[in-house]
Amino acid sequence: MNTILVALRRDLLLAARRRSEVVTALFFFVVVVSLFPLGIGPEPAMLRRIGPGVLWVAALLATLLGLPRLFASDHADGTLEQMALSPRPFALLVAGKIAAHWLLCGLPLVLLAPLLGLQFNLNPGELQVLMLALLLGTPVLSLIGAIGAALTLGVRGGGTLLALLVLPLYVPTLIFGAGAVEAQSAGLGSSAQLSILGALLALAVFFAPWATTAALRIAIE
Amino acid sequence: MMEKTSASPWMRYASPATFYPLAGKLQPWFAGLAALLTIAGLWIGFFVAPTDATQGEGYRIIFVHVPASWMSMVIYCAMAFWAGIGLAFNTRLSSMMASALAPTGAIFALLSLVTGSLWGKPMWGTWWVWDARLTSELILFFLYLGFLALQAAIEDPKRADRAGAVLALVGVVNVPIIYFSVKWWNTLHQGATISMTKSPSMAMTMLWGMLLMALAFWMYSIAVALARVRNIILERERHADWVRGAVENA
Amino acid sequence: MMQWNSVGDFFAMGGYAFYVWGSFGACALAMLVESLLLRQQRAELLRSLKDQHEA
Repeated sequence: MNTILVALRRDLLLAARRRSEVVTALFFFVVVVSLFPLGIGPEPAMLRRIGPGVLWVAALLATLLGLPRLFASDHADGTLEQMALSPRPFALLVAGKIAAHWLLCGLPLVLLAPLLGLQFNLNPGELQVLMLALLLGTPVLSLIGAIGAALTLGVRGGGTLLALLVLPLYVPTLIFGAGAVEAQSAGLGSSAQLSILGALLALAVFFAPWATTAALRIAIE
Repeated sequence: MMEKTSASPWMRYASPATFYPLAGKLQPWFAGLAALLTIAGLWIGFFVAPTDATQGEGYRIIFVHVPASWMSMVIYCAMAFWAGIGLAFNTRLSSMMASALAPTGAIFALLSLVTGSLWGKPMWGTWWVWDARLTSELILFFLYLGFLALQAAIEDPKRADRAGAVLALVGVVNVPIIYFSVKWWNTLHQGATISMTKSPSMAMTMLWGMLLMALAFWMYSIAVALARVRNIILERERHADWVRGAVENA
Repeated sequence: MMQWNSVGDFFAMGGYAFYVWGSFGACALAMLVESLLLRQQRAELLRSLKDQHEA
């Protein structure tokens, strides 16, 4: 646990010195969300219908933006190799880095989403479910995304390739995340979808750091 | 360098040098089987299977659509299997096999989508139906593209093998989850589901036709994979001594 | 067994000709192209290897 915190703290400190990168992803989220009404039309009833989906897709894309950076700078200055060789379990260090990524890229989305949800005329109940769903789902996005980031580390065209690899894997999270809010809208209760999101999170927490570490070792050797 | 090992004699073929000629000998047999099964399948499909009550002659597309779907999934599993073996045991040939299977699998996924579209248009009026199977097939196609793109982007063959393997294994674990989520999504949004798989009363002959065509596609896939892996072996082992002899005799 | 009244009927496929023959045609085309590309790839490899060995 201590190892995870060590890596977490380090990444947060590093990010604090490069605040603009974090903020850019947030701005991206806001801008993308605003594009949809501009493209489709501002009719309130329709916005209510597409709102959850739009917010979720924008969250996916915003998360993707931050992923290439997850391992790239550490790889560039040799820190990643040091981590791999260190006596501390590499997988735990990686888990710490992924946690930092979520705190920097995922959690802000969770906090910002209700505000944007208002733009889509979602009611308080729906906004609440949206936040909860994003709270469960964005860590999954960071965890699965980390696998992609590790696989494409140092590969040319990495960012786009990363998106191609990771977006299909994001589909279940998207379906249940948006589905939770839609269920709330329909008055059906979102507990089923939220439970499944929780299950996906548990699966991701167990398997993703391990897969990411394996992929990193392959990339570093 | 032939090592005497007390393990199974089949282990001999784990080396590209010995597998290359074996694959060359096997390949025509599988191609031949594929041809025969295709003829049999097409015969049943066009001349034995009756006209469908609701869909008329249009339903005959299932004789290629369903086999293509099945093969796209079978090949993905085979690909992940061989990639996993290559990753676990560090055997080059297994990884080469995975890479050899991928393009064929992707083609079948694409054919499944195309034939699915051609089936859907006359039946349900639209070129694309977001039903659970077609949508899952689309995502499977994307998974294939990801694997192919990743391997193409990495120059070092060893890294490409192993990264591809991790991706394929992550993918194969996710496919059931993706399928389940898409199925759920589909039932939620469509109520009375238009299902491409709904064939309430499938005549035995129709099933036979599908089965024969599926086997035909399977034999074809093996034949093509053997041919492709031979090319991969030549490319990657080009500096080995045995390749010289193989090339001269080719 | 033979439910087609004429060759014309067979090709017409009850009005679904485009879709049915389009599907079978797409599959046949894909498999043909794949096989030919593999053959071509093999020929190129052999040629390049022969050059390499002569060099």
